[in-house]
Amino acid sequence: MTRDEAIIKKHTEDGYKYGFTTDIDQERAEIGLNESTIRFISDKKNEPEWLLDWRLKAYDIWKKMENPDWAHLNIPVIDYQSISYYASSKKKKYKSIDEVDPEILKTYEKLGIPLEEQKMLAGVAVDYVMDSDSVFTTFKEKLSEAGVIFCSISEAVKEYPDLVKKYLGSVVPQRDNYFAALNSAVFSDGSFIYIPKGVRCPMELSTYFRINAENTGQFERTLIIADDKSYVSYLEGCTAPKRDENQLHAAVVELVALEEAEIKYSTVQNWYPGDKDGKGGIYNFVTKRGICEGNRSKISWTQVETGSAITWKYPGCILKGNNSIGEFYSVAVTNNKQQADTGTKMLHLGSNTRSRIVSKGISAGNSSNTYRGQVLIGPNAENAYNFSQCDSMLMTDRCGAHTYPYLDIKNNSAQVEHEATTSKIGEDMMFYCNQRGLSDEEAVNLIVNGFCKEVFNELPMEFAVEAKKLLEVSLEGSVG
Amino acid sequence: MLEIKNLHANVVSKPILKGLNLNIAPGEVHAIMGPNGTGKSTLASTLAGRNGYEVTKGDIVFEGEDLLDMEPDERARAGVFLAFQYPVEIPGVTTINFMKSAINARRKAEGEAAIKASEFMAEMKKNLELVEINQEFMKRSVNVGFSGGEKKRNEIFQMAMLNPKLCILDETDSGLDIDALRVVSEGVNAMRSKERSFLIITHYQRLLDYIQPDFVHVMYNGKIVKSGDKSLAKKLEDKGYDWIKEANA
Repeated sequence: MTRDEAIIKKHTEDGYKYGFTTDIDQERAEIGLNESTIRFISDKKNEPEWLLDWRLKAYDIWKKMENPDWAHLNIPVIDYQSISYYASSKKKKYKSIDEVDPEILKTYEKLGIPLEEQKMLAGVAVDYVMDSDSVFTTFKEKLSEAGVIFCSISEAVKEYPDLVKKYLGSVVPQRDNYFAALNSAVFSDGSFIYIPKGVRCPMELSTYFRINAENTGQFERTLIIADDKSYVSYLEGCTAPKRDENQLHAAVVELVALEEAEIKYSTVQNWYPGDKDGKGGIYNFVTKRGICEGNRSKISWTQVETGSAITWKYPGCILKGNNSIGEFYSVAVTNNKQQADTGTKMLHLGSNTRSRIVSKGISAGNSSNTYRGQVLIGPNAENAYNFSQCDSMLMTDRCGAHTYPYLDIKNNSAQVEHEATTSKIGEDMMFYCNQRGLSDEEAVNLIVNGFCKEVFNELPMEFAVEAKKLLEVSLEGSVG
Repeated sequence: MLEIKNLHANVVSKPILKGLNLNIAPGEVHAIMGPNGTGKSTLASTLAGRNGYEVTKGDIVFEGEDLLDMEPDERARAGVFLAFQYPVEIPGVTTINFMKSAINARRKAEGEAAIKASEFMAEMKKNLELVEINQEFMKRSVNVGFSGGEKKRNEIFQMAMLNPKLCILDETDSGLDIDALRVVSEGVNAMRSKERSFLIITHYQRLLDYIQPDFVHVMYNGKIVKSGDKSLAKKLEDKGYDWIKEANA
């Protein structure tokens, strides 16, 4: 497909997924982190007093904490005083697409990303995003008819202060961990979603549709509340390798599912992984957690992680309500010098709670890929059930795969099952595919997609197609 | 179609094939028999280009092209099909997807468009009937949870789908019950044509009750030591392999 065809296809068939950007003229905070940085951020956002206090408290906590070192990661020293914590929307922009690294453009083309979107992703100044107004308006109307609130968290602080005040930090408290504390102190923006009682959100909600999503990358904060008997599916991220001038990313996502509510949260993460020698690349330290607060509620995490130089991420579920369900489906791909330490935490507190973990790690190049998962069955969690399956596939002899399952069972009625496999991509499988006429590249794609099938099945259709393509691009030329 | 001249091949630096010669013309069916460990399956793997099978001497010409110059997938696309002795399982990949990918890989190499769904389905249906397999099994992962007989039928099914010029059957009959043996043989017989050739590697004569070969070769110690018509197979059945071993000791 030529690029033009791709553009036409996107516009005619794909519905819409451009960002909606406006350049807001704002200055930067001074480099470094201290109390006045936080006051500056809060002031810029016109925040109420309580939120400023909340941030300052987080900052106090963070100051007393230390960088975690327990992960199977080699994390370079991060100088927190050399970072700007309020990146204004005025990023350095390229004047034309010719200035962008041709390697990146090649990848965009392989992924079939239209030219206009390529410009936006690469950080080329785009004056006008076509069609955006009308699509966005219809979208907003549909949601408000259903009573769904979907806005930036800054907006929510102003418009729905009671909801924000009640739930912000309720699942991931400020002191949860080093990066969560940092995020709580300096978070820039993110999404806020509230689904009212009994409402099934009429469409999949995606960051693509959020104004200024571009600027919220570094310290993103997301809060999703699903009230009784409601349902929402949220898609985060983008398959395109997104460049960002900020190397450190520390996002926090909190999900709250009330009685019989269901939240499905899908992520495709493809931040810039650095070059072949491991230079550059994003450090991605994310805290994602959901609480099944109500009985019979359900939270399901699905993630496809292919980007970032370092990934540190354990989306988890607190299964507090009786008969609640937590799920975690993950594909993590590392190539070249990438490092990933990712997995989940399933904390069973209520009775008859169930959780399911399916993790597929694929390591290529010289990369390191770790699954780390905790299953805790509390003393009151009668008849809890967990099933974990962790499979690793190695593409070369130089990469590593590690599995660290932690089980903590305090109730004898629990049933916990764990299965794990590690295999090198089979020479016999490759030969079988070759013998049927498939090239090495085609064979790898087929085998890897088969390996990840259970996880891809959990992704919304369109996302699944993109994720497959993304895997193919990420693993190009990786067999050895 | 296929000319093998003085073929020597090593497996893990150990010489297995030691000067093998064989010519196969279009439309011919050749059977290779012989005791265990004489290099029959090594010949099959070497022809298909499997990693670790190192040709140290000799030539293989397929349809006028130097086969040894080609990668395994190029050989396959050029028309060499190997029915595996131990078909490989590919979890998560449906048989239907596997076959579509294989057919489209060929088409892509030829510069053709991908196969139309209707055309594929028609071919699939026809060939499933040939090997007496239920359509449901196309939705299952390739060979995963298949019985031994189903795996071998699946090999013949794939062979029929891919329309090869040279079909190599590597001990396809081993471990088959009589029904599966009949089905597999009928599949092969249905595929016989003036253009298509077969190289059938077997340890037992019984497969040749169903598939009538034009030539029978006996392999021993990395070489073909005796060739004849199908009566040779009968003789082997009656007398065993000892007389071959003695003659070539």
